Amino acid sequence: MLRYLSRRLGYYVVLLLIATLLSYLLASTALSPRGYFEGQSISGGKRVSSSSVDKQLTAIGINDHTNVFDRFGTWGEHAVHGNLGKTIDDTSVNAEFGRRIGVSLRLLIIGLVVGTVVGILAGAWGAVRQYRLSDRAVTILSFLILSMPTFLIALLLKIGAIKLNQMLGVDLIKFTGEKTPNLAGGFGRQLTDRLTHLLLPTLSIALGTIAGYSRYQRNIMLDVLGSDYLRTALAKGLSRRRALLRHGLRTALIPMSTFFAYGFLGLFTGATFTEKIFGWHGMGEWFIDSINKNDVNSVVAVNVFAAVVVLFSGFLADALHAALDPRIRQA
Amino acid sequence: MSTPSLLTGEELEAADSLAGRGPAGRIRVTLRRVAGNKAAMTGLIVIVLLFLLAFVGPHLTRWSYSDIDYTSIRQGPSGRHWWGTDGIGHDVFAQTVRGLQKSLLIGLLVALFSTVVASLVGACAGYFGGWADRSLMFLVDLLLVFPSFLIIAIVSPRLRSSGWIALVGLITLFGWMITARVVRSMTLSIVERDFVTAARFMGVHPARIIVRHVLPNIASFLIIDATIQAGAAVITETSLSYFGFGVQAPDVSLGTLIADGTGDAIGYPWMFFFAAGLLVVFVLAVNLVGDGLRDALDPDSRRPRRGKKEPRRGHE
Repeated sequence: MLRYLSRRLGYYVVLLLIATLLSYLLASTALSPRGYFEGQSISGGKRVSSSSVDKQLTAIGINDHTNVFDRFGTWGEHAVHGNLGKTIDDTSVNAEFGRRIGVSLRLLIIGLVVGTVVGILAGAWGAVRQYRLSDRAVTILSFLILSMPTFLIALLLKIGAIKLNQMLGVDLIKFTGEKTPNLAGGFGRQLTDRLTHLLLPTLSIALGTIAGYSRYQRNIMLDVLGSDYLRTALAKGLSRRRALLRHGLRTALIPMSTFFAYGFLGLFTGATFTEKIFGWHGMGEWFIDSINKNDVNSVVAVNVFAAVVVLFSGFLADALHAALDPRIRQA
Repeated sequence: MSTPSLLTGEELEAADSLAGRGPAGRIRVTLRRVAGNKAAMTGLIVIVLLFLLAFVGPHLTRWSYSDIDYTSIRQGPSGRHWWGTDGIGHDVFAQTVRGLQKSLLIGLLVALFSTVVASLVGACAGYFGGWADRSLMFLVDLLLVFPSFLIIAIVSPRLRSSGWIALVGLITLFGWMITARVVRSMTLSIVERDFVTAARFMGVHPARIIVRHVLPNIASFLIIDATIQAGAAVITETSLSYFGFGVQAPDVSLGTLIADGTGDAIGYPWMFFFAAGLLVVFVLAVNLVGDGLRDALDPDSRRPRRGKKEPRRGHE
């Protein structure tokens, strides 16, 4: 098992290096920080000479007059030592990264756990109750949710919350930012405040995951329910619940580990919208803002982060697969 | 592809009577099965209606999507403006049907192109094996690692001048990889069959084998996948446009309309909900049709009855 996992890890590291190089080249050639500085100087009223713009660009290491591979070389050398360069406003990318990564991971991990667990349970439950009213209701709901982009789900939740708050006359559900700024009060009050802020962003990320996973899980579970080994498990005297959980669900989870890896990428993209719509200052919001500011180093940093997250979840899926399926371990 | 035992008697008769006529018979059987699926038929009718709305709609109203009516700003639906007007006096109906048209076109083209790319790459990887397989699959993995949404967002400002066709290319570029993997694994199982071996020993050119023998055998999967892809492409397009990375003003798509209407969604719901509703209805209809097609074209994927095990086809 260790040999299998280390081989996969090596493959992922190679993929990550190439992805980093390509996204650096892409961001450096597609974005135009020069235009940003020139635009800034014009709107500031005084024209800045191109030599001064040049100086600023060179200081950040994003001067488009330098060869792009040289720029990558310099950036890469710093990056290996853990320094991701400077943002276009001459602040440290690392500091910004550190500020935002916690926000994003909180949102992603809670969304992922809630989405996966609820989705798998809903799918398995639907399969056991195939064609009954509850199964049909779950199916219709998941079809509806799968037909909506994440940004639309988030917008609808927000609009619904505003209406609800208007109706009740109190701000029951909060939807701006991660917490109420300058909130006084003890730990309990802070916690409730955070939770009420967390509700809608988590839902908008988790709903899509729940819908997708429940569809897959239902189909796989139906196959498992018709299988001989489950009948054997029942025949040897296991209770239905025990047979379903120990023999049914476990086998049905194996193909899901593949979806898990791909699903995470979608989740990350979804988080970008969620952060932007609910005003969370996470990686996704940073990314959109940096593109609009032509901030090359920040864009690359988010890209590398996304690639790391995706590869990590791919690796996790491999480990899960190996843990659940003994055949993989021998390979 | 279809195991006869799963056909109903009526369909069997149809298949028998048409057997001599080749593929046309199978198409007719499939159509009959789709016609029997209520959800799929509803979806199909909805899609046709939406296309009519998108392409006939602009000619029904005297407003064009770019016209500005200074006398009515933020007005609700009325005889003059069927779906009301927005904050600068655009006719919402004219804008929405125009946006729908753009979104549908992008969705269709992306589905077509990405299915073609996926089937060629997947079939080549599966048929040739060896280094061709390894390098193509490495490419697939690499593109999967890239957060496609992020890459498109980075590149799109550069492509603003080339318009929405460039957007089609970009979404296609990141939309074919998972399909290609499935095509590859299906090809692997087809290549082992006798008819492919026979063709190969007769000296048939590989390109011809792929086009004549491999692809027709996975056609049903490709059709289903292309349907689903069309819905997914519309979702991607609207998401990009929502952030301003997709379709650019003055052109409109459902995504830009939703983005523009969001701020006014509470006070002036017509600016938001017509575009949002059409988007959901279209993708939902596409998904229903995709599901119905899967049942009709790919009987193997039907649920086995309890206690009776059907041989399953190995996807991945």
